[in-house]
Parts: sequence; C-alpha cells; structure tokens
Amino acid sequence: MITKVYRQAFGTMVSMLRCDWRPNVLTGWKRAVQIGRASIGVPDYDTYVAHIRAQHPERTPMTYEAFFVERQNARYKGGGGRCC
Amino acid sequence: MNTIAGKMGWLALAILGAFSLGVIALDRGETINAIWLVTATVSILLIAYRFYSRFIADKVLQLDASRATPAVRRNDGLDFVPTDKRVVFGHHFAAIAGAGPLVGPVLAAQMGYLPGTLWILVGVIFAGAVQDFMVLFFSVRRDGKSLGDIARAELGPAAGIVAMIGVLMIMFIILAVLALVVVKALAASPWGTFTVAMTMPIALLMGIYLRWLRPGRVLEVSIIGLILLLVSIWLGGVVAHEPAWAEAFHFEGRALAWMLIVYGFIASVLPVWMLLAPRDYLSTFLKIGTILLLAIGIVIAAPDLHMPAVTRFIDGSGPVFGGSLFPFLFITIACGAVSGWHSLISSGTTPKLLANESEARVVGYGSMLMEAFVAIMALIAACVLDPGIYFAMNAPTALLGTSVDSAAQAISQLGFVITPDILSHTAAQIGETTILSRTGGAPTLAVGMAQIIHGIIPGEGMMAFWYHYAILFEALFILTTVDAGTRVGRFMIQELAGLAIPALKKTESWAANVMATALCVGCWGYFLYQGVIDPLGGINTLWPLFGIANQMLAAIALTVCCVILIRMKRDRYLWVPLLPTVWLVICTLTAGWQKVFDDNIRIGFLSHAYKYRDALAQGQIIAPAKSIDEMHRIITNDYVNSGLSMLFMAIVVIVIVFGIRTAMMARRIATPTASETPYVALASVAS
Repeated sequence: MITKVYRQAFGTMVSMLRCDWRPNVLTGWKRAVQIGRASIGVPDYDTYVAHIRAQHPERTPMTYEAFFVERQNARYKGGGGRCC
Repeated sequence: MNTIAGKMGWLALAILGAFSLGVIALDRGETINAIWLVTATVSILLIAYRFYSRFIADKVLQLDASRATPAVRRNDGLDFVPTDKRVVFGHHFAAIAGAGPLVGPVLAAQMGYLPGTLWILVGVIFAGAVQDFMVLFFSVRRDGKSLGDIARAELGPAAGIVAMIGVLMIMFIILAVLALVVVKALAASPWGTFTVAMTMPIALLMGIYLRWLRPGRVLEVSIIGLILLLVSIWLGGVVAHEPAWAEAFHFEGRALAWMLIVYGFIASVLPVWMLLAPRDYLSTFLKIGTILLLAIGIVIAAPDLHMPAVTRFIDGSGPVFGGSLFPFLFITIACGAVSGWHSLISSGTTPKLLANESEARVVGYGSMLMEAFVAIMALIAACVLDPGIYFAMNAPTALLGTSVDSAAQAISQLGFVITPDILSHTAAQIGETTILSRTGGAPTLAVGMAQIIHGIIPGEGMMAFWYHYAILFEALFILTTVDAGTRVGRFMIQELAGLAIPALKKTESWAANVMATALCVGCWGYFLYQGVIDPLGGINTLWPLFGIANQMLAAIALTVCCVILIRMKRDRYLWVPLLPTVWLVICTLTAGWQKVFDDNIRIGFLSHAYKYRDALAQGQIIAPAKSIDEMHRIITNDYVNSGLSMLFMAIVVIVIVFGIRTAMMARRIATPTASETPYVALASVAS
C-alpha cells in the first residue's frame, strides 16, 4: 500500500521533471534574451523577419548581422535613449 | 470570495507598510534595521501601484485597450514593434535607471534617512511616476512623438524652442556633474583609475568582436567583457601595490578633468560601434546585475542604519551641500523621486514598442516605482556607514583639512564621533590611501555597497575588490552617458544653430559636427573644471544646479500634461498632474532664487561673488584663491552660475505662462482640442 503511494509520488515527480520544465526554461531564457536585447535597443530579430515575410513578401529581410548593425546605428542617431 | 481575499491581502499589506513606516519614523534607538525601510517601501509602492496608478489609468487617462498603438499601426519590425510588456518594461527600466538615483539619495543622507525616504516615496507616487506614465501615454496617442514635438504642438512653437534650450542647458550641467563624480572617485586612486582606463581597450576589443569577428553576438561579447572587467579590477589591485605602476596611474583632479574633456571629444566623434555601443551594452547589463546584487545583499545581510533618522543639518548648515530641507532636499533627490529627464525617455523609444495602450500603466508607472526602490537602496547603502565615515567622505577639504587627525577633529565638531584610526583603517580596507573628501556620492555608495556585499560574501581583502567593482560600475555608465550625452548635445546645438544658419544643421557635415561637438564639450568641460578646482568640492555648487535643472524639466513636462488634460476636457482630474507641477515650480523657483540671491555665501552665488569682489577692491586675496587671477575666476564663475540659475527660472516661468495661455484658450472652446492621432481599432489592424 505504502510502496504504491511512494511509487505513484515518485512517478509524478519523474514525469514533472521529464516534461513541463524544459519548455518553461526555454521560454524563460528566450524572454530574458529579448529583455537583454531590448535594453540595448535591439528588437527581436525573429519578429522582424516574420513581419517582413508577412507584410512585405517582395522584400528580402536583412541578415541578423545587417539587422544588428542597422539597429546599433539607429540607437545612437539621436544620441542614445538613456538617462543620467 | 476571491475579491474578499484580495481585499484582505491589500489591507494586510497596508497595515504592514504603515507599521514599518511607523517603526522607522518613531524609532529613537541607536540604530534601526534596513529591513524595515525595505518592507515599508515595497508595501507602499505596491499599494500605490494597485490603487493610484489604476485610478490614473481608468479615470484620468482612460486607457483604451481596444485602440491600436503606434507599434501596431506603424509596425516596421525595427522602430515600431509591438513587444511583450515584460520586454518593454525591461527596456524602459534600463533606459531610466542611471547614476542619478544612486547619487542624489547619498548626498541627501546628510539630513538623515527619514527626510530622503519620505520624499522618495511621496515624490515618486504623486510626481515622478505620474509624469512618466502620463508622458508615455500622451506620446503613444501621438504616434510616439517626443516631448519637444508634443510641447510644440500643444503649447506653440515658441514654447517648444524655449523648452529645447532648457534641455540643452540641463545636458551641460548633467554631463559636468556626472564627469565630476568620476573625477572625485578617481582622484589619487591608482586602482580606480587603472580599472576605468582598462574599460577603453576592453570596449574597443568588444566593438571589433561585435562588428567584425562575430557580428551581433551580444551575449558572448558581454560575457567576455565582464570577465575582462573583473580581471582588470584584480589587476588594479596589483597596480596599486606596485609603487612604480601606482605612480603612473596616480592623477590629481585637474589632470583627470582634462583627460575626461579630451576623452569626451574623441569618443563622441568616433563611430558608435567602436567605443560607445559596446560599453553601453556592458554598462547596461552590469547596472541591472549590480542593482539585483545590492537588493539581494540588503535583504540577506539586513544591515543596521547608523545614520540618525534626522540630523541637525536640515537647517541648511550641512557640509555636503548648503541649504535647508526646503527646498534643497527636493532638488537634491531628483532621479528616484521625480526626474524630468524621464519625460524624454517616455517619449522616445518606449511608446513605439507598446503593443497595447493598457500596458502604459505597468511600463510608465511601474518602472518609475522600481527606480524609486533603487534610490531607497542607495540611501540605505549610505546610511549603513558610520556617520563619521560618511561625513569624512562627503565634507569638503576646506572643512576637513588633509590629514586624518584634522578630519576626525572637524567631524567631532559636527557632532559625530570618529577616530583617526578608523578613518585610516577604512581607507586601507578598501585599498585606497585616503577616504577624505571623496565627494560626489559614488565613493560613499561604493563603500556602503562593499560593506553590505562583504557581509554576505566574506573573504580576506574582498572589501577592496567590491569597492572598486562599485566604482567601476558607476564610472562605466557615467562615461557612457558622457559620450552619448555629448552626441545628443551636439545634435541639439546643430538643430538650434540650424534655425539661424541652415548649413550648420547638416549632421553629415564633418566641419559642422566637429564645431558643434567642440562647443558642447567646451560647455560641460567649463563647469567640470570649475567644479574640480572648487575647494568646496564642486558637487556643492553643481549638484543643486543639476537638481534645479532636472526638476525644471519635470515641471515643463507636467505643465504639458496639465494642458493636454484641459484640452481633453478632463478638468475634474486636473489635480493629478497639477499638484506635482505646482510643488516642483515652488521648489525650483525657491531653490533657484536662493542659489542666486541668498545672503549666506554658502548658498547664494551673488553674495559669494560680492565677498570676493569687495576683498579684491581692498587688494586682499581670500583663500582658496592664491592670486588676483584666481580671485577674478571665482567671481566670474559665480556670475556664470547665477546667470544659469536665472535662465532656468526664466524658462520655467515662460513655459508656465504659455501653458496658462493655452489652457485658457482651450477652456473657451466647448469641445476637446487635444491633437491626438485618430482612433483606429486594434481589432482592425492586428492580424
């Protein structure tokens, strides 16, 4: 009886470890990267590509490298948006 | 059931906050634990967010979740991008949190921890967060336009130009005062100077890596940069202990000031990818990390505050800055309570990222509450120090003299007990030769932080490491602000000059660029140098000017908010922005007036100038001047500073006059006149 309960509990723990956490950690990490990039004025590249593909199919989206350089220059064009 | 439980929760939080605040305010013991301050702050800010910001969102501004934001309507994947609200929050917070909320509260600690705490809490809830939130919202309703453009559209072009000149002046003062903070922290400190100097080759390396080796790999390069920084802090310790090397990195204030001026010029004409951008990235991440570290440190170490709740310096006789509690506390703590500069950020990139108007509340109001929390932590870091050490670090040389004996004696005359031994011991602990008169807030914060972090991560000699880590972290983002700010200043000069001579407006023109940059560097460099040679420490003079300027900008931004509310026909809620506007106008005008006309030579620029002028007429030379030339220079500086204060006052008055005129005109018209972009339903745009 007791072993059964233990086994069940153990099984639940294993299944919890096995499934749910990985996508959560992945989205958490992705979000952290997005926040980090946004803090330095670089928006999400995938969103940009998706936007160009959906709205302007005739254009080729910039490569990530070109996108990064474009955003870097844009951030400091007005002088860089940060406080004292 | 759920709502009852919710209400009980808020009630409990309210009681907890009130109780903690009661403990802080009524405690008459020797010391009090910082946890009380943290608890009171967190509960009060949460309650303010839940109730006041909701009131503003629902009633005053009437956020409309069904309305398409500029990010949605003009989505281009680059400038206008509908973004997750957590990401926008992170972006906005990183943009508003700077050196300001860390320095102001440290200086204000001379009046005790209570006045500063109360002003930060009340100020942020009713002024600072309100300003950030409202400006963000109005900008979202105007296609993400900047404050300058909004002011021009709502108050007329003349008011726009006046506001722009005001912003440019603030820029000079901010850059000068921040550069002065760095000079004060690095003077006669080979360790600090070496590590800060090392950030330049490190940034160059990062720039090359990001541009050519592995383009756009920000995470990699930041980790490399961080490791190199930590290594250079350690190497700095080696340098400081090697006499020959220590000699090479030992500079006095004047030399450092010249270096910074030359650096500012070169850095702001170099391409951004070389120096500015990589260091900006590093300093942004380091800033967020350090703020978290400090928060964790305070919660785990739970240090006691040694500063009294209120000191006798509320009467204006304090050594850190002259002037009484009213109005000077309210301009000394600008960022953290209310910062006009944020109105430029709230009308910059952030409004172009909001995916939904309703998120303006958490981003605008919420981020500013976070910044207030940072300010409270800075205050805690300053107040955990022994008051004797605090005053030894923040009082000017003119008061302390240059030896630990004279300093200990001077401090005991202020009413705080400290022995020369403790002063030397503390300096040795942090790896410096002296801690006397390290004004400017940054070193004090660094010692406080080092104590707190050392309390949770002990280790032989680690105090010195943490101290220099904190100095490096502040210097890093101040230097970034210096060259980013010089660029902004240059653009503004070119735009203003372009009104007269169109050729100067061309930002691609090399000659126009160099001229405008030189002018900008010259202007802040003048104030920096003046601050460095000032025997009263410079911060004494420049920080109040900065505070007046920053609060003046807040008053302008809030005036614009008031006018827009009137034009929207929401007069019954006008008190929300009007209350802080009136308070800031009273504070800036009183402080400005006292800085110019007060009879006390520690406060009034003119009385100070007259004292020197009269002495000069009798052929006398008064210390700190050593020659007739220096006497003349002191008098000129006083006149320049009083001219600047008067200019700030004039700008506030002019903008208010324009505001009242526009408001009166709007009230005569029965329908709303605010110039918003027309309503577009979110559902019709979002795919």
